[in-house]
Amino acid sequence: MDLIAVARIAVRALARNKMRSSLTMLGIIIGVGAVIAMVGVGQGAQQQVQQQIAAMGSNILFVGSGTVTRGGTHMGWGATKTLVYADMLAILRECPAVKAAAPGSNTSTQVVFGNDNWATRINGTEPQYFEIRNWPFQEGTAFTQEDVDRAANVAVIGESVRKNLFGAAEPLGQTIRIKSLPFKVVGVLAQKGTSAAMGDDQDDVVLVPITTLQKKITGQDWLRWIMVSASSRQVSYAAQEQITSLLRDRHRIRAGQDDDFMVRNLADMADLADQAGSIMTMLLASIASVSLIVGGIGIMNIMLVSVTERTREIGIRMAIGATERNVQSQFLTEAVVLSLIGGAIGIVFGVGASYIITKTLGWVVLISPLAIATAVVFSMAVGIFFGFYPARKAAHLNPIEALRYE
Amino acid sequence: MVTMSQPEINAIQQPVEAAIRVVDLHKYYDLGETRVHALRGIAMDIASGEFVAIMGASGSGKSTFMNILGCLDKPSSGRYFLDGIDVSGLDKDKLAAIRNQKIGFVFQGFNLLSRTTALENVELPTLYAQVSKEEGEKRAREALELVGLAGRSTHFPSQLSGGQQQRVAIARALVNKPSILLADEPTGNLDSRTSVEIMEILERLNDSGLTIVLVTHEHDISQFARRSIQFRDGKVRRDELVVNRQRASQVLKTLPAEED
Repeated sequence: MDLIAVARIAVRALARNKMRSSLTMLGIIIGVGAVIAMVGVGQGAQQQVQQQIAAMGSNILFVGSGTVTRGGTHMGWGATKTLVYADMLAILRECPAVKAAAPGSNTSTQVVFGNDNWATRINGTEPQYFEIRNWPFQEGTAFTQEDVDRAANVAVIGESVRKNLFGAAEPLGQTIRIKSLPFKVVGVLAQKGTSAAMGDDQDDVVLVPITTLQKKITGQDWLRWIMVSASSRQVSYAAQEQITSLLRDRHRIRAGQDDDFMVRNLADMADLADQAGSIMTMLLASIASVSLIVGGIGIMNIMLVSVTERTREIGIRMAIGATERNVQSQFLTEAVVLSLIGGAIGIVFGVGASYIITKTLGWVVLISPLAIATAVVFSMAVGIFFGFYPARKAAHLNPIEALRYE
Repeated sequence: MVTMSQPEINAIQQPVEAAIRVVDLHKYYDLGETRVHALRGIAMDIASGEFVAIMGASGSGKSTFMNILGCLDKPSSGRYFLDGIDVSGLDKDKLAAIRNQKIGFVFQGFNLLSRTTALENVELPTLYAQVSKEEGEKRAREALELVGLAGRSTHFPSQLSGGQQQRVAIARALVNKPSILLADEPTGNLDSRTSVEIMEILERLNDSGLTIVLVTHEHDISQFARRSIQFRDGKVRRDELVVNRQRASQVLKTLPAEED
């Protein structure tokens, strides 16, 4: 008997008991659907995190002034004053893996425009910061190196600041006040959204030349951070090592002593996020797989009932020449057909569920062909695995007893 | 010189004219401590084209004998030649092939697959033979025609009378052109007129050369066969030709027409 004939017989046998077959399939449908939707949710989340990390800029390393312990008291992040502008110049000069660097310092204060005010973060930096962070402008431009050189009162504002201070009004060319000093708005940054890594609103920021911030607002001459971009993602770890050893050297930190700065690698964070995402995807998939296994047990249960119910049919088939193999393949095929049809409907169900999740919860759901292929193979395997025992039981019936069975 | 009994010599020569030859057939069933001896040395030849009725009370061993003839069971000892082939030593798969190719079964309870049309029921044995779907269907239609049910091919068993169901079963038994037809109480579930109708079909098949072995406990039915074999206690008690053999086709004419 060829495979098509066997499959046709199986489909017809299942069609005889439509209600039972569809209820049995439901287990597989839910299982496969759940696997596809859950893997989709997991991979969607993973992709979104990766995109957000990529949006922070390419190959970025973040050098921050570090912690220090003074008289037994552990000071917080940014407590040291040892990170200076010359460090940045040295990094640019002496670290071959580094492509660009921008210095930074910041404070938090009130920004005023007309009658409106807004408490925000003021970052002082240099123009290359916007390139390193891969941050385009929606209006205007960055301040220039010349603005930095003469500590000009110019500012670039983020989208959240624009919205809160200006609303519908045109911000370019307007004057805002920071600590009662007037600043001319020269540019508005494109929206970047919430940072995936820190969870803060990246658009809630005002950027001014570093010199202006240091001389006119904070009065500090050290840096809080240096934003560095490596030549490529591959060398970002090399850049991290080069910067670390350079700064240890420059800050005269002896072996065994803690760094007074820290270097954070975005590639590191991307990897971490990737790992966390994979674990979440796997977790979701394995929870969903449980329902697939439960569905498989449902198939086994029904096939066992079916074998008992059709004992006489098995006897008849054996009497007219069916071999044990014929009988076994008949019942096995029924189980596989059941799980495959269930799997196919489950795919539709899973894709539909993903669509609903995207629509109602706004999550990104990624339906990968791999997940679908895996679900199909898995559901077939479930059919074979859970159909095998009932099929074997059918094949090993004694034809004489089977024929007499009432 | 070693002397051999006639059946033993025949067994070696395996003449073609014997459709069935059994030699010293024994069958035991071990039920825990006790051993049931169902067949105690059966020897017989059934020639090709014979019509044999096997009679006997329940427990006489006739069912066991039929199961062995039908290759559904194996003898504990002794040999069984079907069409000259020693089937007593064959494995399960080969026995299945023999059942498929050489034996047609007709049962008391018809044993048709429910929710399966008459035609598909008849086709069933061709599924397990090396026969194409088209050829199988063609043969099934021919077989249905032979039993006078060509017009009922799409009916389900539940839509057919008992006699019609048994005719479908006969068509199914014929579809692979077997050497022997084994009928186990084929009229047991039927009224007397329908019984004669079924016997008339078997008679017609036998007249055209098919070997038929019929198990029955009804004396009337056994009178339609050419030869009658009586079993008792696992042995053949009587083996004789039927005198005054009845012809089902003649008897049918004397019966009143169906009342409804």
